[in-house]
Amino acid sequence: MSKGITGFGAYIPQGRLRRSAIAEANAWFDASLKGLGRGERSMCNWDEDVITMGVEAAGDCLAGFDGHAPPALFFASTTFPFLDRQNSVVLLEALNLPRQTLAMDVGASQRAGTSSLLALLQGTGDGMVVASEHRRAKAGSRGEMLWGDAAAAVATGGGPVIAEFVGGESLASDFVDHYRGGEFDYDWEERWIRDEGYLKIIPEIVESLLSGCNVGAADIAHFILPTDQARAPGAVAKKLGIAPGAIVDNQAATVGVAGAAQPLLLLAAALESAKPGELILLTGFGQGCDALLFRATEAIGSFRPARGVSGALAARREENNYARFLAFNNLIERDTGKRGETDRQTYLSGYNRRRDLVTSFLGGKCRICGTVQIPREKYCVNPECHALDSQDPYPFADKRGEVLTWTADRLTFDPSPPAYFGMVRFDGGGKLMMDFTEVDEGGIESGSRISVHFRVRQYDPQRGFRKYFWKAKIPREPVPAG
Amino acid sequence: MAQGIKDKVAILGMGCSKFGERWDASPADLMVEAFEECLADAGIEREAIEAAWFGAGIDAFHVGASAMPMAIALRLNYIPVTKVENMCATGTEAFRGAVYAVASGACDIALALGVEKLKDTGYGGLPQRSRGVENDMYWPNLSAPGAFAQLATGYRARHRVNKRDLKRAMAHVSVKSHANGAKNPKAHLRREITEQQAMDAPFIAEPIGLYDCCGVSDGSACAIVTTPEIARSLGKDHLVAVKALQLAVSNGTESSHESWDGSHLKTTRIAARRAYDEAGVRQPAEEISMTEVHDCFSITELVTMEDLQLAGEGEAVTAVLDGEFDAEGKLPCQIDGGLKCFGHPIGASGLRMIYENYLQLQGRAGARQLADPKLGLNHNLGGFPHQNICSISMIGHM
Repeated sequence: MSKGITGFGAYIPQGRLRRSAIAEANAWFDASLKGLGRGERSMCNWDEDVITMGVEAAGDCLAGFDGHAPPALFFASTTFPFLDRQNSVVLLEALNLPRQTLAMDVGASQRAGTSSLLALLQGTGDGMVVASEHRRAKAGSRGEMLWGDAAAAVATGGGPVIAEFVGGESLASDFVDHYRGGEFDYDWEERWIRDEGYLKIIPEIVESLLSGCNVGAADIAHFILPTDQARAPGAVAKKLGIAPGAIVDNQAATVGVAGAAQPLLLLAAALESAKPGELILLTGFGQGCDALLFRATEAIGSFRPARGVSGALAARREENNYARFLAFNNLIERDTGKRGETDRQTYLSGYNRRRDLVTSFLGGKCRICGTVQIPREKYCVNPECHALDSQDPYPFADKRGEVLTWTADRLTFDPSPPAYFGMVRFDGGGKLMMDFTEVDEGGIESGSRISVHFRVRQYDPQRGFRKYFWKAKIPREPVPAG
Repeated sequence: MAQGIKDKVAILGMGCSKFGERWDASPADLMVEAFEECLADAGIEREAIEAAWFGAGIDAFHVGASAMPMAIALRLNYIPVTKVENMCATGTEAFRGAVYAVASGACDIALALGVEKLKDTGYGGLPQRSRGVENDMYWPNLSAPGAFAQLATGYRARHRVNKRDLKRAMAHVSVKSHANGAKNPKAHLRREITEQQAMDAPFIAEPIGLYDCCGVSDGSACAIVTTPEIARSLGKDHLVAVKALQLAVSNGTESSHESWDGSHLKTTRIAARRAYDEAGVRQPAEEISMTEVHDCFSITELVTMEDLQLAGEGEAVTAVLDGEFDAEGKLPCQIDGGLKCFGHPIGASGLRMIYENYLQLQGRAGARQLADPKLGLNHNLGGFPHQNICSISMIGHM
């Protein structure tokens, strides 16, 4: 049985910053930015990061299966929130996957996602790669203009696949087009990167792969070269003999280039449109190159993520406020007011006791009376029951619900005031007072439908920690009623 | 079968500091101000006090922990002093401790004092503070107005009231209290406002605007209680006695069980039923002369009128707009100006409210004196609509 891709998912933050807003604010310093000021880029809300986007993309992928639990979970990024706390394990617990899963972070390269995928497919073939990126760039830089935030997930296996893994190769080369030794990237001249990097390294490995697979370049239907250089994919395709029509758009005008997540995001986009028999060539560039070749099978149309790339692209909210982008990315020091000064320490032993609630969003269901509740406490909450230790874990992360009460609080500290929160009643039982995220003014009422999302609750800059919890959101796309 | 507290304990004296932004006064200064008035009113020496209860709500922001700050401030004579904290019901909790001590026969004369110094934080509103190690992991970072604003959305949804009608009734609640507070020299805010001002004020937590919020103040209030027999032996007549003293504390039903829809205060309904039983009140709207209720926000007062059975369910908007709870209405509410004009120094508020009813019952309320009041109700609500503590006490003539 052949190995290959069994599913995919994507996430793009709904905030889309108009590039002209960046250009207008910064052209006084660098007039050339105006030339890049077209379209928009995705931007994380203040409460989104690599882990929360990863949860969304993985959830998007897993929703296309009926209870799939990949035995391996590779998490790829160059912007993990934690340098030493396995980010993939937070991801795993938020996804409520079995603890026996092999979870692993892969980082330090733009091809962290493609290398993970290659490692999986050259091994057992069974698992999931989640790639997520939230790069910070200096204000007014080319990176700020051209990059975006996003995540993607690809599930692989040996069963019925939607795209068969035809072959893959990897080439190592310490070609330093850019690096990040400190807070921000430092890069070299684009023309040199193109001529000495893309146009030499990629053809070398792709030609080797294609000849090993007995495939002609002209037969490639989808060619993925993740890059923020608009003309590079065309130049490489031409050199290789790949048809110009096969180039998968880097979505620079709508999302921006999402670093280590970009290859998998484009792969997910290609899988959405691929037809049976079509060949997909995926490359990942960075201190060498990965190249993976897939062939869409007859089953290609059978897998549908919850939202996919097209759905994520469509769920957008235009952002024109560059100052907010700077604040969300911690690029300016904002006055928080005195209420923002409170200590936000997480007591890790206390967190450990509540991980099932805080990360996995598990409540309880009483075996005696059937009452669904959250949080799960020792005694059942039903006034007619109050049984002791009677509740089985009950997941809420996949539940929809409705707003019972709400407010927009302008007194309390919030990184993006007003703070919206309120009581949520879940379909199937249970209710909880919780934060709402990304509410449009006038966009919430009692009875509004909600879904729940894993988000950053608080940052503790003093200790380099951040708290996560689930928040309710009124989805941009309609949520079916209970 | 327990008999309840009715007529077992009398108020011997009370005192109340001037409430406000008391930049001039420390918590100890405020305590002494209230205590001196109380001692003089009771007509006893400090040495006659045998036990005391001390209420402070957010002590970490002013006096610190334990009962010592009060024992030291008042130079109490090494008597037992108990520190109590039960959110906004703290002042009434101190009162309950002292009253129960006298009723039990453990002591003859007991003191209850509450104090709060809120204006040393450097910003407006209540202090931002932790909700506890585990709650801080998942509770919204809600402010008090944010918590109570939800009562408005819950009430609107339940009773299908439109936003503007409810907001207008909320505005009336505040206009009425400001009119009352303007007549009270001890109130913090002494300026009348108009309905339009209240309607137009900026949102603090939608739909709660600036004038829907009570003030934030420093203050202290206290009571000395004893048995009716001892009070008479000390030459007191026209005794004011405790008729009911009830407390209901949420057990998580409202926050986690579907039986509560966010439109009312379950604890208030339970505590009210118990208090009316204890006091022998069968028709609260007819028998109660005046109420001091916990108007931390205008919407709280409005909903509380229904929970206390002083307005029919879903009818508070009309009752409020008809002026039923105005000074000239059939059942005046916050005749002293309420939390709205006194502000809400948490530990002091419950005792400040009892103080007003005590003055009214003794005919000593000056420009705001009501005609022949017989029974006063005090209501406090600590916490949030979905998780709270409600205290209800009633005092009246013997």
